[in-house]
Amino acid sequence: MIRVVLPQHLRTLAKVSGEVNLEVATPVTQRTVLDALEARYPMLLGTIRDHVTRQRRPFLRFFACEEDLSHESPDAPLPEAVSSGKEPFLVIGAIAGGM
Amino acid sequence: MLLEGVIMSQVRVLVGTRKGAFILTSDGKRDKWEVNGPLFTGWEIYHLKASPADPNRIYASQTSSWFGQVIQRSNDGGKTWEAPGGDINPGQDAFPKSASNKFVYDTSESTGKPMTTHQFYDGKPHPWEFKRVWHLEPSLTDPDTVYAGVEDAAIFKSTDGATSWHELAGLRGHGTGPQWQPGAGGMCLHTIILDPSDPKRMFIAISAAGAFRSDDGGVTWRPINKGLQSQYIPNPTAEIGHCVHHIAMNPKKPGVLFMQKHWDVMRSDDAGEQWREISGNLPTDFGFVIDVHAHEPETIYVVPIKSDGEHFVHEAKLRVYRSRTGGNEWEALTKGLPQTNCYVNVLRDAMAVDELDSCGVYFGTTGGQVYASADAGDSWNPIVRDLPAVLSVEVQTLQ
Repeated sequence: MIRVVLPQHLRTLAKVSGEVNLEVATPVTQRTVLDALEARYPMLLGTIRDHVTRQRRPFLRFFACEEDLSHESPDAPLPEAVSSGKEPFLVIGAIAGGM
Repeated sequence: MLLEGVIMSQVRVLVGTRKGAFILTSDGKRDKWEVNGPLFTGWEIYHLKASPADPNRIYASQTSSWFGQVIQRSNDGGKTWEAPGGDINPGQDAFPKSASNKFVYDTSESTGKPMTTHQFYDGKPHPWEFKRVWHLEPSLTDPDTVYAGVEDAAIFKSTDGATSWHELAGLRGHGTGPQWQPGAGGMCLHTIILDPSDPKRMFIAISAAGAFRSDDGGVTWRPINKGLQSQYIPNPTAEIGHCVHHIAMNPKKPGVLFMQKHWDVMRSDDAGEQWREISGNLPTDFGFVIDVHAHEPETIYVVPIKSDGEHFVHEAKLRVYRSRTGGNEWEALTKGLPQTNCYVNVLRDAMAVDELDSCGVYFGTTGGQVYASADAGDSWNPIVRDLPAVLSVEVQTLQ
């Protein structure tokens, strides 16, 4: 079971609290995790990745195991600790000031 | 009997702000208000608008620099909301369905137009990129049909209650699109007006391209900017390039349009074929909002803003200006509004009128106040004072 932590606004949109647990077929990658997340919670489509390009939205980051994986290939295997469920995959809203 | 009718009536004010939406309700006397919200806390709510055909159907544009666009829909007058098509799907093999926030420019050969470029701030060609929905305009007759004005400028249509969207690509692709440039707020399509006397006629406005009209239900479009003069473009009377801030129309007089341009207040008596200036004795004719009295098609309202470099009210006084003569002759309406040390702005979609016998006028400010007048502007009271910056105000008159 893959554990995913969403930022507060996306938890509200998906109507979940706490972590999301997902069954993800191997290989466990950013792409397969996000595909499974969007399949389970369709209202999140377009909020993490662009609808068309499937690129990560600019102000979001992907962290796991104290590493920033945002610039890794979406098809690169995630750390074993994530795929085993020991550590969560974190979707983070980038710190940005302004309004 | 008249008083009873007023009390039986209800007014619902839909307020979009930088950090959520609010719904303000009152009976027809409009002296006591209930404030509900925030809804969609923390998100920018550019616009909410209800269907004229079903007052319980409300659409909302929820947007964020982080998470993009979400469309929300209510079927019970704003008590509960859903992202259309976004129901939780527990099946791992099911294909995600939600497309309610999917705004993809139509480049298909059969229905779309080639994805050209528009002009960017530096004058170079720039590809169209969807950013957000500025304005939602529900159909006058079908609760499931709604139009969306978006940035980068284009108009989309949904016929399934905002579950999916299709671009009316004839606007972006009609010919002048490659010359359009963004205004300071982005290249946004912010105004959509549906003509109740002609179901196929629509008006839209874009900053900073100008006004456009379709006479065939949005299939084809043409600029309607004759008479506009804009000193900030190389050719002040060019066919396109004018920074139109807002257009208003009284549904009872659909050929007459009123426009607040970047500078200049304008009117057209022939559905936009020709415009003429009606700024008259306004202290400044820069501004964003403009609206028309619900029952008096020649009574119009603006809120003059000091200048394009100083986006706050003139002389630190919050004054609505009313013309009862269709323009040129304006009177300041100040009763109940702050007349010292006021430095707020009133944004383009942040004024609306109700349809009660004594027409109510409402507007919201960037300082978070929402003001109401139950006497056509003669006097004002704040419904609420300390909301986040107000982006839009719409009103429903409910019986």
